[in-house]
Amino acid sequence: MQVYLDNAATTRLDPRVLAKMKPYLTAKYANASSIHKPGQDAYLDLVKAKKTVARLLNGDPDNVIFTSSATEANNFIIKGVARANRSDRKNKIIISALEHPCVRESAHELIAEGFRVEVIPAGSDGLITPAALSKIIDAETILVSVMAVNNEIGTIQDIKALAALAHKYGAYFHTDAVQAVPYLDLNIKKLDIDFLSLSGHKFYGPKGVGVAYIDRRQKVRPLIVGGGQEDGYRSGTYNLPGIMGLAFALELAYKERKTYLKKVKALRDYLLSKIKKEIPEIRVNGSLARRVPANLNVMFGYVEGEAILIDLSQKGIYVSTGSACSATNLKASYVLSAIGLEKHFLNSNIRFSLGRFNTKAEIDYTVKCLAQTIKRLRSFSPVEKI
Amino acid sequence: MALNYTKKTLNNFLKPKNVGSIKKPDGYAQIGNMVCGDQLDFFLKVEKGKIKDVKFLSFGCASNIATASILTEKVKGLTIEEAKKYNWQQVVDELGGLPQQKVHCSVMAVQGLKKAIDDYEKRQGEKKPGVKKIKKVTKIPAKKVAKKITKKR
Repeated sequence: MQVYLDNAATTRLDPRVLAKMKPYLTAKYANASSIHKPGQDAYLDLVKAKKTVARLLNGDPDNVIFTSSATEANNFIIKGVARANRSDRKNKIIISALEHPCVRESAHELIAEGFRVEVIPAGSDGLITPAALSKIIDAETILVSVMAVNNEIGTIQDIKALAALAHKYGAYFHTDAVQAVPYLDLNIKKLDIDFLSLSGHKFYGPKGVGVAYIDRRQKVRPLIVGGGQEDGYRSGTYNLPGIMGLAFALELAYKERKTYLKKVKALRDYLLSKIKKEIPEIRVNGSLARRVPANLNVMFGYVEGEAILIDLSQKGIYVSTGSACSATNLKASYVLSAIGLEKHFLNSNIRFSLGRFNTKAEIDYTVKCLAQTIKRLRSFSPVEKI
Repeated sequence: MALNYTKKTLNNFLKPKNVGSIKKPDGYAQIGNMVCGDQLDFFLKVEKGKIKDVKFLSFGCASNIATASILTEKVKGLTIEEAKKYNWQQVVDELGGLPQQKVHCSVMAVQGLKKAIDDYEKRQGEKKPGVKKIKKVTKIPAKKVAKKITKKR
């Protein structure tokens, strides 16, 4: 049996999305910037895709900029907003301690350019509170960036309250919403956010395409320059197959949201209850209540995460870990460090991220194997029980 | 990150040899990696200058477990002097190679074993009569430490 429980890393392309993309890889291959008929047909399809995305986000189609990834979208927005809005009075960027490396690294690049970057600390529950933001925000702040849902522990932030606070100080608000589809209602107007990033492959769409939702009334400097596509905001030939795929995948995700959420929550809760029953000395990392229903991040005491992952992988079960041994830089997860996990527990964590294609039988098989894995690794662990 | 373990590494991880502890070991050492947080404990039983038995405990990744498994397998039966010469490159070669970022696991395993041999030699020095009378004083705490270690297991 093969069990894919790494849907926060990427999802399997929905066959219906693939069918939607196919014509743009074959017959409808024209460049959407060309002014001949097939080119203009492609352009009209591009506009349709923008309208679809805008409708689902309750935003403006003109504000939808397609990128190659959410990493690019985050780089574009963080650096583009900071660089375009810098002044003698405004020189500060605020990000949260839980941000994805593409946000963290973008902010770090800005430090080298003379910007001040400050980080909002996270609570042990994995939440970023407006109270924590209020301690560091001031009139010098250009932009506040807080992710809607964390990729490791799945915690949901109060984006609306954080955005309102940012606006009170005259700052813009950006959210990396990559992990939020379709769990949150990403209503741009209701949440009153200025910038947002998405990635197609996190919701059964294709890889290699993302969205930077921007507020065109505000200044944003492009990251990629060239042929002037996307009204100069993002040059590079329009990736029509990817764009059509992303828009359709987003549409399906929200259309089928209700049944999907119900299914995935039932499976996740079942997984947790079975783990609790079968395996002693475990702990859930971050708030369970304020988290997306597809995520479960568990600490298994006295054993190392990479060893658990490799052992499970040999049994056909695919998960993820934030342990130092799984990272190229040999550093344990900064997210788990940020929520204050004790040092001796930092390398003992597994992220299960469920998805549309998982079944109850898969969960049964997973916990059966997991219990064996943990028992085996604990049988020769030297770590003293605490 | 590229992480392609060889079949031999995976086998040594899935079915590690020499796991466990030895009661009243002739040599014992614990080694940890401050960077990645891994830990290994080595236990030695020595007879007539040869490693009669060696066991290990591990809190570590697949390659940490696999390197300790292959190392203990290779040094079992060797003389203390031979075991001391066994190096990390031999561990890596024996496994058919390790991913680049996992080579440090083999270094740690070899260091841990050497530390256990050091401990054995220290205890031997203490046992030899007439080496230095003053050393007799340390004989008692050393034994107590050994007892405490075995008790905990």
